[in-house]
Amino acid sequence: MTGAAVWSDAVTAARLFAVDRSGTGGVLLRSRAGPVRDRWLALLRAELPPSCNVKQVPLNIAEGRLLGGLDLNATLLAGRPVAERGLLAEADGGVIMLAMAERLSAATTVHVTAAIDAGETIVERDGLSLRMPARFGVIALDEGVEDEFAPASLRDRLALHLDLNAIGIRDAEEFTLDAGETAAARARLPSLKPDAAQIEAVCTAATALGIASLRAPLLALRIACSSAALTGHSSVEREDLALAARLVLAPRALVFPAADEAAPPEQPPPTEDEANEPGAEDQISDTDRALDEVILAAVQAAIPDDVLAALGAAGRSRSRSSGKAGALQKSSKRGRPAGVLRGALRAGARLNLIETLRAAAPWQPLRCREASGSREESRPRILIRKDDFRISRFRQRTETVTIFLVDASGSAALHRLAEAKGAVELLLADCYVRRDQVALIAFRGSAADMLLPPTRSLARAKRSLAGLPGGGGTPLAAGLDAAFMLSDSVRRKGQTPTVIVLTDGRANIARDGGQGRPRAEDDAMSAARQLRAAGVAVVLVDTSPRPGASGEAIAKEMGARYLPLPHADAATLSKAVLASVG
Amino acid sequence: MATAFPFSAIVGQDEMKLALLIAAVDPKIGGVLAFGDRGSGKSTAVRALAALLPKMKVVAACRYNCDPDRPAEFCEECRVSAAKGALKSAQVPVPVVDLPLGATEDRVVGALDLERALARGEKAFEPGLLARAHRGFLYIDEANLLEDHLVDLLLDVAASGENVVEREGLSIRHPARFVLVGTGNPEEGELRPQLLDRFGMSVEVKTPDNLADRIEVVRRRDAFESDSDAFVTKWAKDEAKLRRKIMIAREKLSSVSVPDVTLERAAKLCMALGTDGLRGELTLMRAARALAALDSAKTVTDDHLRRIAPSALRHRLRRNPLDDAGSSVRVDRAISEVLR
Repeated sequence: MTGAAVWSDAVTAARLFAVDRSGTGGVLLRSRAGPVRDRWLALLRAELPPSCNVKQVPLNIAEGRLLGGLDLNATLLAGRPVAERGLLAEADGGVIMLAMAERLSAATTVHVTAAIDAGETIVERDGLSLRMPARFGVIALDEGVEDEFAPASLRDRLALHLDLNAIGIRDAEEFTLDAGETAAARARLPSLKPDAAQIEAVCTAATALGIASLRAPLLALRIACSSAALTGHSSVEREDLALAARLVLAPRALVFPAADEAAPPEQPPPTEDEANEPGAEDQISDTDRALDEVILAAVQAAIPDDVLAALGAAGRSRSRSSGKAGALQKSSKRGRPAGVLRGALRAGARLNLIETLRAAAPWQPLRCREASGSREESRPRILIRKDDFRISRFRQRTETVTIFLVDASGSAALHRLAEAKGAVELLLADCYVRRDQVALIAFRGSAADMLLPPTRSLARAKRSLAGLPGGGGTPLAAGLDAAFMLSDSVRRKGQTPTVIVLTDGRANIARDGGQGRPRAEDDAMSAARQLRAAGVAVVLVDTSPRPGASGEAIAKEMGARYLPLPHADAATLSKAVLASVG
Repeated sequence: MATAFPFSAIVGQDEMKLALLIAAVDPKIGGVLAFGDRGSGKSTAVRALAALLPKMKVVAACRYNCDPDRPAEFCEECRVSAAKGALKSAQVPVPVVDLPLGATEDRVVGALDLERALARGEKAFEPGLLARAHRGFLYIDEANLLEDHLVDLLLDVAASGENVVEREGLSIRHPARFVLVGTGNPEEGELRPQLLDRFGMSVEVKTPDNLADRIEVVRRRDAFESDSDAFVTKWAKDEAKLRRKIMIAREKLSSVSVPDVTLERAAKLCMALGTDGLRGELTLMRAARALAALDSAKTVTDDHLRRIAPSALRHRLRRNPLDDAGSSVRVDRAISEVLR
């Protein structure tokens, strides 16, 4: 599609969204900030009724602001809890604009999607329990490049996906739209319903395109209704469905049905000849064809040829695992309570009410006397001043367990065991400072030994390290297995494991204790894959004098950071490891 | 609150629906975890269950939903008023309480009543969500994203059946036994193993891949959204039938017998799968019994075991990260070996 065609679709999308804001979920606008995006947003604003609320949601919005909670000023003034509406509830009947949606945190995403699903926000915070209507449309401004995307759960709920990155400002000609037309369409919308055959056709097409989520066909049907309302049709027509397919289904398509699969047998999909035909217009006007073919043809026309080619039968995964959710975050706003402090009420700070009241209590008679000059009835019952505020502090458990896996085999001992020991000692000291736990596993001869189960005791760790003998074969697989088992049990305790492997990577003892390099290496590789699959953070320090392919291959296999450190002393070694562990 | 989609109108998702019904028949099984694809109707099913459940008897105006027929389990307040005279009882809908993400600890466990503290300087306890969910369901959407400190709290209460509050100078304990229902999308993060273990049953939810079902889902959803009242009326008969089935099953539950042979097979199944602890066997047995009660059967048979074993055991297998997708397959394999 040409830039002008993309722009024209984008304009249509803005109008469709304006007709049914909450019904269509919203628009995912993938575009860098710039004049094109500004022009589109201006256009959208003109389409929305003047009464429509547009709320900006900044990326780092505090949870309390998003959901609502206690209005402290009003509460203290009134002497009873006064709720404050959150941004989502304030946006009821309007639009929220999510800035930098590609960096949206998991928490914010969940709150927004929950409100989209339920049409209301449920708040259980600060001693309040509230349900507030929150029906809004979403404009997600996705500024991601390449494989950075807005969260999949959000994308799934927004009907219209636009990508304006490819078009220039010259394509984006200004439209003057008649806002009255949109208002009329909004009035027509309730009378428009898709019929059974249309529902079936959209579902069939979505399935054929490999779209698993059932929200997609539902949203496509809503867009079709909006389109019919906008064009003034008395019922949903073919062209409305075709437009919905182009705007809703095409951006979600994972596969394009080949000649003989994925499509229902009674309605053969377009043949090769048709598929190569560029003229989408005449295909759509062909009224004799089955409805779902019309839809598929519309989708096909909307997908660029090169992308179409990539959408093989195997499909193309556009999904992305976010990975952010599992990571532990440090926070002063949640986690385990860790005492109370005098402090100012900044965003996100949690007032500890009882402590605040306790602080204020002794001063009440004095303050009452002081305030007695003022009007009696307007005076709050309890006089609380800024100095009384007590803030709860929280500490989130982010305890990590650093597992050292030390190669004490003959080959490693010869080269570097002493330095490795020194480095581990320094690292241990650092872990101790951070109150992290450490564990130590050594492998030599034919097996791996857990020399030190997870502990905070530095002395014990040092002792077991000092007594570490060297020599024998290199049972790397056994060592990695032991590290994997330990990290699994660490995880079960709710802690985060990090594995640091110090080895030269020359495995020569297999899992069953048998000798022979090829088998040992195979086993080591499979053990490495196991660690990778478990998603454990690993750093591999290659201690051999000539860091070679074997160490690097193992590191790659387990998704580890690879640090070749042939001539480093203990201090540099520990520094490098620390830097890469972060 | 918005009208709930009727439970009986949910297309497919038989495993999830069955697990929810079993949890409704025997709350002691320990809840249901539904993990799966986006837009597959997980939340819809849980909300539908709330509307489906028959009403329950409570002490009128009790803040903890005490059961008037079980004086041994009364909260402090009911104990005091029971000593003074007979308690009034009332019929209320079974609570299905949402634990929304972003909830604060004070609202979950209960805390000092702010209004009374500010207005009258009184120290009074305001019960939280756990009190409200007593004898009902506690529903966590996106359970895998729940903050750790809330998870710890839930684990503790779910294990003991009692909520102990020691905060802000308050010292309160009250019964809190509820069926935990969690939903989530595994792509967004995993559940802590400890919490996973608390759920009696876990089901995998997939969007239906058969075209006719998909069309039916969209059609019903569309009909519901355009006129929810008419849609609910249309399904009212099916709902009533299902409700009656739950009530009958609850009555029959205690009379369903579990033959020794079946117990032995359940144990063998768990051994074959290497599930940790005895919780697996216990849950499997209870769930099979509830299923038999739903079927109006007098004894638990192998067939009941076979039908419920995947849900009861799937999340209890020792994890093998290289074989991640395979836990259902492993259960199926064990079933076909043990229950020939």
